[in-house]
Amino acid sequence: MTRKDWRIFLLTALLIAAFPWMVQPVKAVSHYVDVMVFAGIFALVCLGVTMLMGYAGQVSMAQAAFFGIGAYTSAILTGRFALDPWLAMPAGASLAALVAWVVGIPALRLKGHYLAMATLGFGVIVHIILNEEVEWTGGPSGMADLPGLHVLGWKLSTELAWYYFVWGTVFLALLFCFHVLHSRVGRALRAIHEEESAAEAMGVPTARYKVQVFVLSAVLAAVAGSLYTHFVTCLNPSSFNLMWSIRFILMVMVGGMQSLWGALLGTVLMTFVGNEWLHVFAEFEILVYGAILLVVALFLPKGLVSLFTRKPIVHNA
Amino acid sequence: MDERSKRPHAALLQLRNVQMQFGGVTALKGISYDVPSGIVQAVIGPNGAGKTTLFHCISGLLTPTAGEILFRGLPIGGLPPHRIAGLGISRTFQHVALFKSMTVLENVMIGRHPRTFSGFWSAGLRFPRMRREERRILEEAGHYLEFVGLSGERDLPAGALPLGKQKILEIARALATQPTLLLLDEPAGGLNMRETEELGELILRICETGITVTLVEHDMNLVMEISHRILVIHYGEHLATGTPEEIKDHPAVIEAYLGGG
Amino acid sequence: MDSFSLGSALLQYTVSGLTIGVIYALVAIGYNIIYNVTEIINFAQGEFVMLGGLFAVFFAQSLHLPIFLAFVAAIGLTGLTGFAMERLVIRRARSSTVLSLIIITIAVSILLKGTAMFWWGKNPYSLPPFSSGRPFIVLGAAIQRQAVWIFAVSAIVVVCLTLFFRRSAYGKAMLASADNPSAARMVGIPVRQMVLLSFTLSAAIGAAAGVSITPISLMEYDRGALLGLKGFGAAVLGGLGQFFGALVAGIVLGLAESFCAGYLSSGYKDAVALVILLLALFFKPEGLFGSREAAKLKRF
Ligand SMILES: Nc1ncnc2c1ncn2[C@@H]1O[C@H](COP(=O)(O)OP(=O)(O)O)[C@@H](O)[C@H]1O
Ligand SMILES: [Mg+2]
Repeated sequence: MTRKDWRIFLLTALLIAAFPWMVQPVKAVSHYVDVMVFAGIFALVCLGVTMLMGYAGQVSMAQAAFFGIGAYTSAILTGRFALDPWLAMPAGASLAALVAWVVGIPALRLKGHYLAMATLGFGVIVHIILNEEVEWTGGPSGMADLPGLHVLGWKLSTELAWYYFVWGTVFLALLFCFHVLHSRVGRALRAIHEEESAAEAMGVPTARYKVQVFVLSAVLAAVAGSLYTHFVTCLNPSSFNLMWSIRFILMVMVGGMQSLWGALLGTVLMTFVGNEWLHVFAEFEILVYGAILLVVALFLPKGLVSLFTRKPIVHNA
Repeated sequence: MDERSKRPHAALLQLRNVQMQFGGVTALKGISYDVPSGIVQAVIGPNGAGKTTLFHCISGLLTPTAGEILFRGLPIGGLPPHRIAGLGISRTFQHVALFKSMTVLENVMIGRHPRTFSGFWSAGLRFPRMRREERRILEEAGHYLEFVGLSGERDLPAGALPLGKQKILEIARALATQPTLLLLDEPAGGLNMRETEELGELILRICETGITVTLVEHDMNLVMEISHRILVIHYGEHLATGTPEEIKDHPAVIEAYLGGG
Repeated sequence: MDSFSLGSALLQYTVSGLTIGVIYALVAIGYNIIYNVTEIINFAQGEFVMLGGLFAVFFAQSLHLPIFLAFVAAIGLTGLTGFAMERLVIRRARSSTVLSLIIITIAVSILLKGTAMFWWGKNPYSLPPFSSGRPFIVLGAAIQRQAVWIFAVSAIVVVCLTLFFRRSAYGKAMLASADNPSAARMVGIPVRQMVLLSFTLSAAIGAAAGVSITPISLMEYDRGALLGLKGFGAAVLGGLGQFFGALVAGIVLGLAESFCAGYLSSGYKDAVALVILLLALFFKPEGLFGSREAAKLKRF
C-alpha cells in the first residue's frame, strides 16, 4: 500500500467506526446502521468483483451465484444439520472455490462477450438449482429461522455488533486485496488486463492467474453469503439471481472499478440507493438501476473516483 | 559440467522445418535454421514474409503447425509462452505492447515475474519472504532501467512516453526476465536517426552481456552495422543466410527486395 | 396400445421441441446479424422478443387490430426500438471498452424490461393464434396450428435473409462492413448506417419470434433474459454469425429441452439449454459449423 492509501485507509476506518455514533442518536436515520451492515456484506462481494473485473479485466456475471453458494451452504449446514456456523462458513467458501475453479478453467479461456455469457449462463443455472432442489434449499420460498452468529462466545445480537463485526471483516479483506495488488501478483493481474499476450510472453501464467483471481472473488462472495445468512436468518433464491450479479457490478462501476476505494464507495452508495432511497419507486426501481447503469457506463466509465483523481495523458503509440 | 561443454556444437536455438498455416494461408513454409550462442542475428525479409510469425512461434504465442523448435537442445514448440519465457527466451513486439497505464518501473517489474515466486497468499498476508522479494524486484527493475537509460522516467505511465522510449522500455522489460535469447521485432520501427543509432549501441551492449539477440528489422544500415549473421526469408521460405557482406551481394536477396517488393 | 402412446408422446415432444427450437433459431439469427456487423453481442436481444409479443398483445387486444396487422405493427415498433437503441445508445458508445459495451447492452435490456413491467405489469398475456381451428392430429400427436405458423414465419425469415445478404447490394455491403470496417468505409459503404440497420433488423426478427410464440406460451415482461440466453446458446452452437448453423442448433436446443421436460424433469428444462450453451462455449466456441481458424480471428 502506498502512503496515500494508508492515509485513506485510516480515515475511512475512523469514519466507519464513528458512523453509528453519528446516526444512532438521530431517530430518522438510526436504522442506517442496519443498511451499513448490508453495505459491508456487499462490499466483500464487491472487493472480489473489483479484483476480478477492475484489475484483471475479466467479466463475471455470476457473483450472485457464489454469494448464493456461500449463503445456502451456511444455511443448509447450520439450519438442517446444526453444524457450527464457523465450520459452515469455510465449507461454503471451499465449495465456492471448488466450483469457481472447475467453471473458471474452461470459462476464463474465453474473453469479453463470451466470458460474460458463459458466467451469466452459469449464474442462471445455479439460480435454477436453488429453486428446484426444494428438499435442500426450500425452493422458491426458501429457508427461515436460521441461526445467528457468535463471535468468540459473544452472540451478535444487536445491529451495532453486526456492524462492527462485518466492517472489521471488510477491512481485513481490503488489506488483503491491497497487499495482493501491490505485489508481483497484482502487477501480473493488471498486466493481463492491459496486454494479455505481452504478459504471457513476459512469463506471467495468465490462465492460472485468471482462475486464481476468479476463485478469490468467489471465496469473498461466499463468505459474504454466509454472513448474510446469519444476519438476516432467512433466505430465498431471489437474492441470488442475475439482477443481483448486475447490481454488484453496478456498485463497483459507480464507485470506479479500477480502485478498491471506488468499489467501497460505490457499494455503500448503491446500497443506500437500493435499500433506502429507491423505495419510492417500489418495484420500478429496476428502471432506475438500468438508467444509472447506462449513464455510468456511457459517461463515467471509471466511476466516481475518477472525478477526484487526475490521470496523466496516455498516448496510443 | 555445463550443458554447452557437453555439446559444443549445439546451437542455442534450432529451427527444424518450422511451418505455420492460418487456414488457407501458409505464413511459414518450413524454416530450418540454427542461431548460435552469443551473436546478433538479424532476420530480414519483405513485409508479410513471416518474420513476426516466426517470432510468435519461437516465443510460444503461436504453435507451429509442423516442425520442431529446440532451445538449448530442448523442444519448446507448443509450450505456453510463460514457460518459454521461464526457459530464457524473451521478446519485444512489432506493435508496442506495453502495459500502458502502469508506470515505466512497474512495466519492468513485470519482467521479473519468471524469476520470482510469491503468490496470492504470501502477497496478501505480506510474508517477510515476499517483502524481501518485492524489495529485490524493485531494485533490479531499477538496474534494468538504468541500463537502457530510462531511470528519469520511472514513475511516468508507460503510455505517456514517446514512441522511441516506449520501444526502449519494451527492451528493458524483456531484459528483466533475464533471457538467454532476446527477440526484437522491428525495434527501430518509428525511431528517428539518432534514436536508431542509440538503439544499435544498446543492442551491442546487450550482446556483450552474453545475451544472444535475434532481431527483425527493416533499417538496413542498422542491420548491416550490428549483426553478425543474417537470415533472409521471403514468402515464408528460407531465402538466404550469411554474414552482412554475403547478404548484401546475394543475387536472390537483391531480386526479392527489388523484384518482389 | 402402450407402445403407441409412448410413440405418440415421443412425437409430441418432438413437435414442441421443434417449435420452440425454431424460435431459439430466430433469436440466434438476431444475435448473428448484429454480431456480423459490429462484433457486439447484444445482451438486450431477448428483450426484443418479449417486446414483440407484448406489442402484438397491445395492437391486437387494446387496439383490436386483426392479428396479422398486429403482427406487422409489433415487428415494426420493435424494429423502431432497435433503431432507437442504436441511435441513442450504441452510437455514443463507439469508443467504449468491451466491458463497457457489455454493461451498456445489459443496461438497455434492464430498461426495456422495466418499461415493459411499467406498461403491462407482471401478468402474462395471451394472443389468439394466427388462425383458429383444432390442432392437426398426426400419428396421435397434436400439432397446434400456431406451430405450423411458427415454422412458416421462420422459413420466411431465413429465406428472406439469405436472399438479402447474398443478392442485395445492401446486404452485401453489410457483410463487407463486418469483415473490414475501415476498408468498407474506404470504398464508400456507410458503416454507421449498416450498424443502424443491423440493430433494426435484428430487433424486428426478435419481435417476429416473440409474436409467433405468444399464442402458444404466453408472454410476460421478464421472459426476455432466458429467451435471449437460450437464443445465444443456439447462436454459439451453430457458430456465431452463421444463419444455417443457428437454425440447426436452435432445433437441437429445442429438442433437448423438450425431451428433458418430458422425460426427466420439467423444473430443469431451462437448465438444459444453458448447460449446452456452457459446453459449447467451453469446448467448441467456434460452434458445430464454424471453422476453428476463422474463430481464432474473432474477439472471444
Ligand atoms: N493470425 C493470422 N491469421 C491469418 N494470417 C496471418 C496471421 N498472422 C499473420 N498472417 C499472415 O502471415 C503472413 C506473414 O505475416 P507476418 O509474420 O506478420 O509478416 P512480417 O512480420 O514478415 O511482415 C502474412 O501474409 C499475414 O497476412
Ligand atoms: Mg512483422
